[in-house]
Amino acid sequence: MATASETATRKNIDNSAPERPIAERFGSWLDAASPTVLLMPTVLVVLLLSIFPLIASLYSALARFQLQQGGFAISFVGFANFNKLLFGSEARKTLGRVGELPAWSWIVIGLFVVLMLYFLYQHINRNRVGAFSSVGKTISFGMGVFWRVLTGIIATFLVFLLVGGLYSDRGIPGTIAVTLVFVIGSVALQYTIGLILALLLTQDIPGKRFFRIIFLLPMMITPVGIGFLFRMLTNTTVGPLGPVWQAAGLAQFSMLEDGSGARLAIIIGDVWQWVPFSFIILLAALEGVSRETIEAARVDGASRWQLFRFIIVPEIVPVSTTVILIRMIETFKIIDVPNALTGGGPGTATESLTLHAFNNWRAIDYGLSAAISYILLFIVTYVAMVFVNIVRRRVLEAFA
Amino acid sequence: MINRLFPSNNPFRPSASTLIGTYALLGFWTLVVLFPLYWLFVTSFKTPADVNNGPLYIPFVDFQPSLGTWNDLLVVQQNFVLRPYINTFISAGIAAFLALIIGAAASYALSRFEYRPKPAVIFMFALCVGLAALLVSQGLHWSLAVIIALAIFLLLANTIGRRFKGSMGNSDIAFWLISQRMLPPVATIIPIYIIFQQLSLLNTHAGMILVYTAVHLPLVIWFMRDYFSGIPLELEESAFIDGASRYTVLWRIVLPLSLPGLIATFLIVLIFAWNEYTFALFLTGAETQTMPLLVAAQNATRGPQWWNISVLVTLMVVPLLAMAFILERYIAKGILVGAVKG
Repeated sequence: MATASETATRKNIDNSAPERPIAERFGSWLDAASPTVLLMPTVLVVLLLSIFPLIASLYSALARFQLQQGGFAISFVGFANFNKLLFGSEARKTLGRVGELPAWSWIVIGLFVVLMLYFLYQHINRNRVGAFSSVGKTISFGMGVFWRVLTGIIATFLVFLLVGGLYSDRGIPGTIAVTLVFVIGSVALQYTIGLILALLLTQDIPGKRFFRIIFLLPMMITPVGIGFLFRMLTNTTVGPLGPVWQAAGLAQFSMLEDGSGARLAIIIGDVWQWVPFSFIILLAALEGVSRETIEAARVDGASRWQLFRFIIVPEIVPVSTTVILIRMIETFKIIDVPNALTGGGPGTATESLTLHAFNNWRAIDYGLSAAISYILLFIVTYVAMVFVNIVRRRVLEAFA
Repeated sequence: MINRLFPSNNPFRPSASTLIGTYALLGFWTLVVLFPLYWLFVTSFKTPADVNNGPLYIPFVDFQPSLGTWNDLLVVQQNFVLRPYINTFISAGIAAFLALIIGAAASYALSRFEYRPKPAVIFMFALCVGLAALLVSQGLHWSLAVIIALAIFLLLANTIGRRFKGSMGNSDIAFWLISQRMLPPVATIIPIYIIFQQLSLLNTHAGMILVYTAVHLPLVIWFMRDYFSGIPLELEESAFIDGASRYTVLWRIVLPLSLPGLIATFLIVLIFAWNEYTFALFLTGAETQTMPLLVAAQNATRGPQWWNISVLVTLMVVPLLAMAFILERYIAKGILVGAVKG
């Protein structure tokens, strides 16, 4: 690279002229060190405030935290916190309660398992190992199968929690299932709406700027405010839709006192706020599609559908996967909206994992709180990896 | 030109029927966006009695708007509102600025230099962090433990570390930095709380600024890395030939060229930091409380104080409204395109 050789010549000059004033020598040293000087602050900040706390947090997830006079005492308890969350007294809150499953849900779970097995079969078929393959190849094949089986088991377990908590007889979704509901519902809706709005606004129509500005507004409001705002809007007596509820004979009904109603309210609030994010990013991507290309295809007689499928889709699919990934990661961390809108209620019907962790923090059970956030981190990482390595790759292969 | 040649064939100018459908959908969403905002605004002019008497829609027709709540919050309880407002400005504003400077420097570096960090050295670093933690848990003072661990790390890195060949590249660093966004705040907040307690940064502006800077750095790097890659190298190279230093080039040539991208990134970070709730909840006290916390605090034992909430949220949104205009400008110019390419 030109820049590298530049630095090299600078160094030579530096060595051959040691009699130069100190300030100048310091200047050229600083210049040669610029890669470090420019990157180091970021690395240090991230190490200090993300990585180190993350490691320390792992320790506190494995410990019991007790406040004492003039300080605190930490005692190592191994996996006791995780044990409590996944098998012990808190398991009902984290995993929920799965009752008698209806027949169709077994079919859904069964189909899901079949899909997983099909992917595994495909993988094994593609990477056949014979009896005389090298040891290294066999090991890497074994590892590949192992990771895929593990991924499949975790995915099936999550689907089971979700379906069982939501649809089984007297089932109660745990905080993991609730968080998954928020992520799936909210991200799917905000992406779809954002895409439709972005597609509509790439047309040359009067008032384009007006709509674009209006559509950005919800992103500017603090999520806590959104929680309260939607609590006000969903109120059946003093809310603006009160007359509608009354006309429907539902004046006594409160959306927020019903589990799925409350979850829906939170999803609506979150979607309302974050459609602008998908919207601006997708709009930016659509604006990036060259108009000349579209014109040329038009002139060549491409239909509207062909234009969309072969010019616009390949352009926006990579961006779409990024947007979905980012919004999934952010939605997994949801706390402000449920906290303000429902406080996690009724019962624990809208308690996300972050809110669960926060409630334990408030009860000064730091160990349990850290353990919950590690479970959350594990799920987020798992979902993000699956999304990037499997979903994103397959979608890109198919469309872009 | 093309418009004139193929007036009816321009795919960007929809036909009449499409136009009606488009406007219907756009109008519907405009309503969905504006109605909650309208309701928020209107509620801020209601008295508590007006709110509790059921839905009243139009000021002067359904109810007599009153400035009661505004007066109450802005004049009577002035310090109660003004201080969080200023706190939010300080924390979010300075943090966005710092994150922009630090993050832009790093993204520039990542787009211009080649780094080869060695996994072995990183592993040794993690080992030394573990060592420091062990020393602290054995009763050593943290400052001493940090110094010992740092010394051992530098020693190891300069001796054994040099022997390892395997290394990672720039995209690994960028991925590592950007993936910090994946961390749920609750996973890191308790240790940060304890660190801040030790450094007496709890309930200070400096602490909040530091945390907000760290949390939003990934966003800056995500947006700015591709932006800098899009700036042609020729300009910089000719400056180097003239004997300019890296910093001069960065300051005189690169920054002015990337000003639009910097402004757009700054605004996005500012919006996120301005509205942040979780970290503020854990790390601030009475003196450094920010606006989102004040809004949340209006959910009193007597139920949410809708009128107060409306005024406070309106106050919070007003400074950001201008940003919607500026941001739209940048999108129209295609400035965010680079960032979303992948």
